[in-house]
Amino acid sequence: MAERFLMKGNEALAEAAIRAGCKHFFGYPITPQTELAAYMSKKMPKIGGTYLQAESEIAAANMVLGAASCGIRAMTSSSSPGISLKTEAISYMAGSDLPCLIINVQRGGPGLGGIQPSQADYWQATKALGHGDFQVIALAPSSVQEMVDLVAKAFELADTYRMPAMILADGMLGQMMEPVEFDDNAEVKKTEKPWATAGHGGKREHNVINSLYMMPQDLENLVNERFARYEVIKQNHQMAEEYLTDDAEIVVVAYGASSRVSHSAVDMARAQGIKAGLIRPITLWPFPTDVLQKAAKTAKAFLTVEMSKGQMVDDVKLAIDCAVPVEFFGRTGGIIPTPDEVLAQIKALAQGGAD
Amino acid sequence: MSKNLNIVIAGFGGQGVLFTGKVIAYAGLIDGKEVSWLPSYGPEMRGGTANCSVCVSDVPIGSPLVVTPNAFVAMNLPSFDKFIDDVTPGGVVVVESSLVSKQTDRTDVKAFYVPATKLAEEHELQGLANIILLGKLFKETQFSSFEALEKAVAKCVPPSKQHLLEPNMRAVKLGYSL
Amino acid sequence: MAVVFERPHGLLNVPTHYCPGCTHGIVHRLVGEVLDELGIEGKTVGVAPVGCAVFAYDYFSCDMIQAPHGRAPAVATGAKRANPDNVVFTYQGDGDIAAIGTAETVHAATRGENITIIFINNAIYGMTGGQMAPTSLPNQVTQTTPYGRDVNTAGYPIRLCEMLQTLDGVALAQRVAVDSVAHVNQAKKAILKGFQNQIDKKGFSIIEVVSTCPTNWGMSPVKALDWLRENMLPYYPLGIYKDGEKGDRLK
Repeated sequence: MAERFLMKGNEALAEAAIRAGCKHFFGYPITPQTELAAYMSKKMPKIGGTYLQAESEIAAANMVLGAASCGIRAMTSSSSPGISLKTEAISYMAGSDLPCLIINVQRGGPGLGGIQPSQADYWQATKALGHGDFQVIALAPSSVQEMVDLVAKAFELADTYRMPAMILADGMLGQMMEPVEFDDNAEVKKTEKPWATAGHGGKREHNVINSLYMMPQDLENLVNERFARYEVIKQNHQMAEEYLTDDAEIVVVAYGASSRVSHSAVDMARAQGIKAGLIRPITLWPFPTDVLQKAAKTAKAFLTVEMSKGQMVDDVKLAIDCAVPVEFFGRTGGIIPTPDEVLAQIKALAQGGAD
Repeated sequence: MSKNLNIVIAGFGGQGVLFTGKVIAYAGLIDGKEVSWLPSYGPEMRGGTANCSVCVSDVPIGSPLVVTPNAFVAMNLPSFDKFIDDVTPGGVVVVESSLVSKQTDRTDVKAFYVPATKLAEEHELQGLANIILLGKLFKETQFSSFEALEKAVAKCVPPSKQHLLEPNMRAVKLGYSL
Repeated sequence: MAVVFERPHGLLNVPTHYCPGCTHGIVHRLVGEVLDELGIEGKTVGVAPVGCAVFAYDYFSCDMIQAPHGRAPAVATGAKRANPDNVVFTYQGDGDIAAIGTAETVHAATRGENITIIFINNAIYGMTGGQMAPTSLPNQVTQTTPYGRDVNTAGYPIRLCEMLQTLDGVALAQRVAVDSVAHVNQAKKAILKGFQNQIDKKGFSIIEVVSTCPTNWGMSPVKALDWLRENMLPYYPLGIYKDGEKGDRLK
């Protein structure tokens, strides 16, 4: 086993990306993702890669578009306000079927918001990361080790399905240090990219990376083809962790930082004799509807816990078709809920029973 | 010693708050424990107050943000005031008494007052007041084995500053002797 | 019978959508000829803008990327960094390069990004139907300056070559026109140099082509060329604003 060492989440994301074969990073400084770019700036020159501090988030994301067009693994990272600026290029990349990785180390919003951890960009990541009909793969780690593991996964899924992937982290995960290990023998899965614009060398017709279609029928056909691909992803790549859900009457649903708090709260509830469990979505898109539907058969109530005013809670309700009551608890503005706060909600639900 | 240590270390930026926390986290890691380290970040890091949460546990760590510490190291007065009431009953409090003139009137915590800056100057350990406090915290909480702590200090002192390793170890032992 | 004139291989055998008399066709051809003459079509990646040249990806025979509005220099930067041995060029209009994409243009230039930019300056937004461009002349009537461009409210036109030549990342900044045979020949040489600079790793090259838009100027093609000579060229003097390599002034 490789040595475990302490690493900040932001740095672990960067190291994992390099190990996943990403040699091109385009960024722009913003708190709290700072250490990710700094790590890249230190490492990339030593491995013959590119670290480029762009003139804006907009430019950085478009540089990713250019690099990804050429068939290589490229990425950018930012925090909430910066991600809003990247949405232009993300929409174009989705519309051009380009794989890439975007990391959002979320902070409070809207506007300049704050710099403390938040999960208020869930809607943006899963519903509208730009204009038009499209989805991106959205992965939500809850530990530094999982940040490492999901980077490779994100690149693989992006390459396989030719679409952008996002890691939705937050300031807490980005800033914290935890033990991590890297698999030194991990193989980077290479995907053939015959569509890449890297020069045809006189050996083929010219490749075109494009998202413009003047005939509505052409565009509809293409979007339909893309959505058929999304269906395959929904069927094959839902990921979630289930904790004590087998006999759970109160099922907490939380991802990322708030899932850690919820995990503690579930343990506290169990210690008090309350049958609580936790479902932790790892893929936010595709949303892990299967495990939620399974849990809805035995649970009396669901409690969604988020660091927002309640965004994922909509998807939980949709996933289980409101078969049981779905309550929400959250803190926003950069505040991390405490296990005690979540426990109080669990207790209230347990005492109230399912209406 | 508590099975799960939830530690808050707080002081001015530049006092080595984050470094101290990192040594503890590494010591726990070397002992095979679950650990986490979470800093405060942002403008407050530049001259204001800095703090970090460190968890050392036998079970996976839920929230790495320590709200109610059972061990607290206060390196300045604002930090002392900010966190002292949050310490859980029975908790350990180590106070840098060179800089914090106050003492807590709480009787349900174990408070230790260490004039670390003064001691550092007396023992030619300038700049290592934080490590003296770390030695005291180690004595009162046994957050790891001593061997792990030694290794952790060695791990956290950067290769370019190896000449500081010996003073760091001396500072740990000085704190431990108090 | 000897062939004396044919379509360059660098251009695909397709009709373009450009309006009759528009000078885009000439400039496309010049770029195609340069790809042929330098033998670089197979390793060239072109970046199409948003604007009249948005469909350039269907016309050039090299690999092509269609970029978001104004971002072509950023997209080209990504492509060039991905494969430094590729030849990467952008083909952009005035709104794309000097309004929405000003930041991308200026910063690609100041980084000395080893790319080539072909900039079509026709002082108007053509694709959207004739609105004011950053290069529209004072008092020029457009759809959105119906009383003529009032510099007190709409400001002054941007002279891009003059602006960019101050930056040390720039190797070549040259303004040309294609309103006469002599100017076409001059333009060809400039474009050739712009691509050769990239092959020689000299840095950022921009060739600004002062162009016409008969449709949106509301003139016949011949009249438009006269208007160009009488109004555009005095404001946008042809010439070489920088010719060397990046950083040469610092040596």
